[in-house]
Amino acid sequence: MKIILDSGQIEQILNDLAERIISQIPPEFDIATIGIRSRGEVLAQRLSSLLSKKLGKEVPCGTLDITLYRDDLNLPQGAAQPQVRTTEIGFDVDDKIIILVDDVLYTGRSARAAMDALIDLGRPRAIKLAVLVDRVGRELPIQADFAGYKSDADPGRLVQVSLVESDGKDEVVIE
Amino acid sequence: MALKRKIKQFKWHRKHLLGLRELSAEEITFILDTAEGFEQISTRSVKKAPPLRGKVVVNLFFEDSTRTRNSFALAASRLSADIIEFTEKSSSVSKGETLLDTARNLEAMGIDIVVIRHGAGGAAKLLSRSINACVVNAGDGYCEHPTQGLLDVYTIRKIKGTLEGLKIAIVGDIAHSRVARSDMWAMTKLGAEVIFVGPPTLMPTQASRLPVSVCYSLDEIIEKVDVINMLRIQFERLGGNPFPSIREYSHYFGLTVERMKRAKSDIMVMHPGPINRGLEMESEVADGQNSVILEQVTNGLAVRMAVLFLVNQAAAQKA
Amino acid sequence: MNPELLIKNGRVIDPANGIDKKCDVLVVDGRIAEIGSIEGPLASSAEKTIDAAGKLVTPGLIDIHVHFREPGDEEEETIASGSTAAVAAGFTSVVCMPNTNPAIENETDVEYIHRKGRKTRKTHVYTMGSITKKREGVELAEMGLMTEAGAVGFTDDGRGVQDPAVMLRALKYASMFDVVVAQHCQDDGFAGEGVMNAGYYSTILGLPGIDALAEDAMLWRDIQLVKKFPPQRIRYHAQHISTAGSVELIRAAKSESLPISCEVTPHHLLLTEECCAEYDTNYKVNPPLRGAKDIEALKQAVAEGLIDALVTDHAPHLQSEKELEFLAAPFGIASLECALALYVKALIEPGVLDWPGLIGLMTAKPAKIINIDKGTLSKGAQADITIIDPDAEYRVDVNKFRSKSRNCPYHGWTLKAKVEKTIVQGEIRFSAGD
Repeated sequence: MKIILDSGQIEQILNDLAERIISQIPPEFDIATIGIRSRGEVLAQRLSSLLSKKLGKEVPCGTLDITLYRDDLNLPQGAAQPQVRTTEIGFDVDDKIIILVDDVLYTGRSARAAMDALIDLGRPRAIKLAVLVDRVGRELPIQADFAGYKSDADPGRLVQVSLVESDGKDEVVIE
Repeated sequence: MALKRKIKQFKWHRKHLLGLRELSAEEITFILDTAEGFEQISTRSVKKAPPLRGKVVVNLFFEDSTRTRNSFALAASRLSADIIEFTEKSSSVSKGETLLDTARNLEAMGIDIVVIRHGAGGAAKLLSRSINACVVNAGDGYCEHPTQGLLDVYTIRKIKGTLEGLKIAIVGDIAHSRVARSDMWAMTKLGAEVIFVGPPTLMPTQASRLPVSVCYSLDEIIEKVDVINMLRIQFERLGGNPFPSIREYSHYFGLTVERMKRAKSDIMVMHPGPINRGLEMESEVADGQNSVILEQVTNGLAVRMAVLFLVNQAAAQKA
Repeated sequence: MNPELLIKNGRVIDPANGIDKKCDVLVVDGRIAEIGSIEGPLASSAEKTIDAAGKLVTPGLIDIHVHFREPGDEEEETIASGSTAAVAAGFTSVVCMPNTNPAIENETDVEYIHRKGRKTRKTHVYTMGSITKKREGVELAEMGLMTEAGAVGFTDDGRGVQDPAVMLRALKYASMFDVVVAQHCQDDGFAGEGVMNAGYYSTILGLPGIDALAEDAMLWRDIQLVKKFPPQRIRYHAQHISTAGSVELIRAAKSESLPISCEVTPHHLLLTEECCAEYDTNYKVNPPLRGAKDIEALKQAVAEGLIDALVTDHAPHLQSEKELEFLAAPFGIASLECALALYVKALIEPGVLDWPGLIGLMTAKPAKIINIDKGTLSKGAQADITIIDPDAEYRVDVNKFRSKSRNCPYHGWTLKAKVEKTIVQGEIRFSAGD
């Protein structure tokens, strides 16, 4: 087990992601963050408060449950049976630039599912993908618009993100 | 900001939903938690999600039912399944193809889930033993109507937060009511206290062995209960003459405006529908602020989506 | 003429004659010639000798309540298949119930059953006739002519005679012929559309129930009829009693020496209503399976000698019918082929009866109810003999049944006591392993 990011580094990356988002998205557009359950939800909340502070205006934040859009629902799942939870997006996604947030971008399948789920909610002006860790191993033609730490961890190894709100501490490890 | 209520990791393993008697409190809670995730599908612009894409759901109804059948059909279509409506007026009680023949025929067409409504208690169980598809009981005789029980507890939990410690009256023809039975199992498993209310002629045999109390007077309990579920009087199921007249029944067991004045101010008034207005309850009560009858219908959709999703998931795990 | 059969060294049980001892049985010309120690030239001249050491040698078993479905439902059972099954189960005489299609209601019908039985040449096949025409409970059937043709009793079995006036008329009229009138005690008003015992299980299974009172009420009524209008030679028999209430009524009636007998089935001694919990229609039977208290009362009644006969109520049905919903499937259990072992489990193993007691309830006592000259090993009696291995264990396998039907809830049970040989009129009609 190797720690690749500690809490200071995570804070730094999020701050950096927020800066890059602001610099690349013209100020006349409405931005909102939407996190993919469950750790993307936490990161989206942090990012939205950073963005709100920096922009001086409220950047709404929502949570997306992508279970129903997964492409492996009809395959045997072993112990980790997918559990449907709520999608909580208290604003209209139409015409907003949606920053889709996840902890790790790996195969790209979650991001695909999230985009399908989002599009069923309305028609955003654009969807941008922001991730804390961008690791190699893509299985679909998807890439992050805002990537934090780049990892070349071998496929088969687990990159585990822990966050204070859900796990009690901020840390990213390779197991 | 803290995360919302954490859902316990739980493995759902039933590919059939036959009744609530056999479910644990954890299983019931898990279905309710799952149903919460389905509620918003019905409120957004694209009222459809893909988890049952390519699956075929058969609505196999041997009894008249518009509401339950439509609710299941809509639930299945919102999950992107294909739906076959199969209505058979005569069950095997009369001459003709037997239930199992019908089911095996359907199965030969490659169906995945059978939603069955049948006049005989145990029909869903019989089916589940005989075919590979998932079976969801949409009402079997007066045994169970599990999705109705689930949507009732879902509605109560949503409004009251929990069922723990609530006093719930179920009023009417208990003897011939599958809703009363499913409600009883679900509500008591989740910690509520259930009172069956009705004339002794409409109480089931040996009700004393059920996990409920029995009361023959609505007036006696109206002030005490947090929830009241008024069953529909189903004239087609009443054998003999269990009460002298509708007028007399309403006099003793109808939920009137007068009786409501004595009830708790936040009493929840439920009804499985369709209402015989003026019989089980007066229109003012049915349409009043305590009534959650339409919420029940809405929640029924989410619950049925959750059930269809979960049985299909369990089937996928076993494949 | 040489003796045709010698059965050596068995434990001979003949309750009618108070015999229970290790000895030999000699058969000459289809009749019992001698019981005792048979040695010397008489023994050596026997055409066939069976060594019955360690086995029980009893009068041929008699089942006064079977349904062989002929005429009308031959796909379920025939007299040929039924009596083949019966003889393999140790029975040498059976009484068919008249609820066939059409019902047995005249002498031609009775003769038809007898003819089929003779043709099969397995067991003696008797029949009861219907009390009322078409078993409708309205007009009396031709009881006199049927009795002359050989009917051994009358019943509308499958349902009770509902109208008390009709039942009274039947009892009075039948008394002219010294023949038993048997009743399936069930008041249809109470029973309604019931399909199982009314109680906790019918409530949670959502199935209409048959209250125990439906049986008790009719039995009570019939006892009043027997009591208040006692013509000469009236004989009343309560079929397959199933409730503690019935036991009480029978106890009281017998204490008054009323001419009343009754019978009980293996399922009412072994199975409870709880068995229906999975909607297995093999447990759907009429009268329905009751509670543990009823079983206790019935066993107590057997122990007290209140029960006069053990019967199977063998009721074969097609798989396709038993595959129906519990509500729609027909009533009945096919248990003929494991009957003896079921009684052993229900009555001998718990110590309710010993072997002579059990054999008495399967031979001499039922013979007396239907007034036939059978059920004993008395010298000169027809040589109907059953040889039983009391210790042999076996697993019930419905697929090996000789009966046409498989609706038997005992499939897979391990039971004790096996029929080794069944001898009818001195002829070995069944041998285990054949």
